[in-house]
Amino acid sequence: MSVLVFSSLLFAASVAAGLLGAMTGLGGGVVIVPVLALLFKVDIRYAIGASLVSVIATSSGAAIAYVREGLSNIRVGMFLEVATTLGAVLGAYLAAKISGHWIAIIFGVVLLYSAISSFRSNVDHLVPIQPGTLASKLELTGRYTTADGTHAYSAERVPFGFGLMFGAGTLSGLLGIGSGAVKVLAMDQVMRLPFKVSTTTSNFMIGVTAAASAGIYLSRGYIDPTIALSVMLGVLCGSLLGTRVLVKARVSMLKQVFALVVVVLGIEMIYSGITGRI
Amino acid sequence: MRRPSDHELELSVAGMLRFGVTAAAVVSIFGGLLYLRQPHASITRFQKFNAGGPGLRTISGIWHGMVHLDPRSMIQFGLVLLIATPVARVVFCVIGFARQKDRLYVLVSSIVLLVLLYSLGHGFQ
Repeated sequence: MSVLVFSSLLFAASVAAGLLGAMTGLGGGVVIVPVLALLFKVDIRYAIGASLVSVIATSSGAAIAYVREGLSNIRVGMFLEVATTLGAVLGAYLAAKISGHWIAIIFGVVLLYSAISSFRSNVDHLVPIQPGTLASKLELTGRYTTADGTHAYSAERVPFGFGLMFGAGTLSGLLGIGSGAVKVLAMDQVMRLPFKVSTTTSNFMIGVTAAASAGIYLSRGYIDPTIALSVMLGVLCGSLLGTRVLVKARVSMLKQVFALVVVVLGIEMIYSGITGRI
Repeated sequence: MRRPSDHELELSVAGMLRFGVTAAAVVSIFGGLLYLRQPHASITRFQKFNAGGPGLRTISGIWHGMVHLDPRSMIQFGLVLLIATPVARVVFCVIGFARQKDRLYVLVSSIVLLVLLYSLGHGFQ
C-alpha cells in the first residue's frame, strides 16, 4: 500500500470516528486508537500520539460553538484543570514505563466504561449556593438560563471531584484520549453540577489537559507527522460536521449501534493486550 | 478600564482558538501536499515504533527543517501550533482574570500555565 492510499484510508476512518463521536456524545478520540492499532496495525504509541493531537483540534475547533451557548463555567474548568494537567503529566510518564499490552488492556476497560456511561440517564442537579462552603470560597458557582428562567447553581464535594479529575488527567496522558466520560462523571455525578454545564465545561478542559501531555509525547517521538495529520484533519472535519447534524437527527438508534461498536473494540483491545498481539 | 464579563472573555478566547486551529491546519496541509509529491518509504515503518532523531522531536529541530522546506517538519510545525492553542487559551484567561481583578483565579490559571510550560519545555531540550 502506498503512503497516499494509507493516508486517505486513515483520513476516511477518522472522519467517520469524529462524526459518530460528535453525534453520539462519546467523542471521536476514544475509537481512534483501537481503529489505528487493530485495523491499520499502527504501533500503539503512534496511535495515542495521533489521537492526542486530534483531541486538541476538536476541543479548540468546537470551542466557539460551546461558548455561544453560554453554559460552560470558566472558573470550574480552570480550577479542575490544575488536577487534570498534573494528572496528564503523570500519565505521559507512565505511558513510557508501562508495556503496550497493559496500555491496550486499560484502554479496553475505559472503552467499556464509556459505552456504558453514555446510557446513564441525565438527572439535572441544582445545588443552591450557600455562603461559606468550600465551593463558594473557590467561586465554583454560576447561573444559567433555560426556558423556565435563570437558575443559580453551586458545586458540591469539591475535594472528591478534584481527585477524580486527577485520575481523568492521568488516563488522558496515558491513553491519548480526552477522557470526557470521566470528566463529566466528576462534574455531573460527584460535584452535582447541572448536566449541560458539565458537558460544555468538559469540552473546554479537554484541550488544555491534552496539551499537558502533548509536549512530552512530542519529545518522545510519539507524534508521527504523517499519521497525526490524516487523523487530526479527519477527526476535526467529522466532529465539526457531527455537531451540525446533531441538531437535526434523532440519534438514539445511532447511539446504540455506536456504543456496540465501542464495546466490541473494547473487548478486542483487552483480548489483544492479554494475548500480546498489541 | 471596564471589567469584561466572563462571557465576553470566553468569546474572545474562542475566536482566537478558531484562528489558531485554522492557521495550524493550513500550515500542516501545505506540508502534507509537499510530502505527497515526494517518493517515500514503505508504510510498514508505522508498525514498529522508532522514536526517530531530534529533527521531529524538538522545537529547534522542527524549525530547522521548516526553513529547509522539509515536508514532514512543516506538518510537525503545524501540529506544534495546534498544541499551542490550549496554552494560548490559558494565557488569555490569566490576562482576563487579571482585568477582572480576581486574584484567586489569576493564581489558579497561572498554576495551570506553569504545568503546561513544564510539559512543552521537554520539546525545547
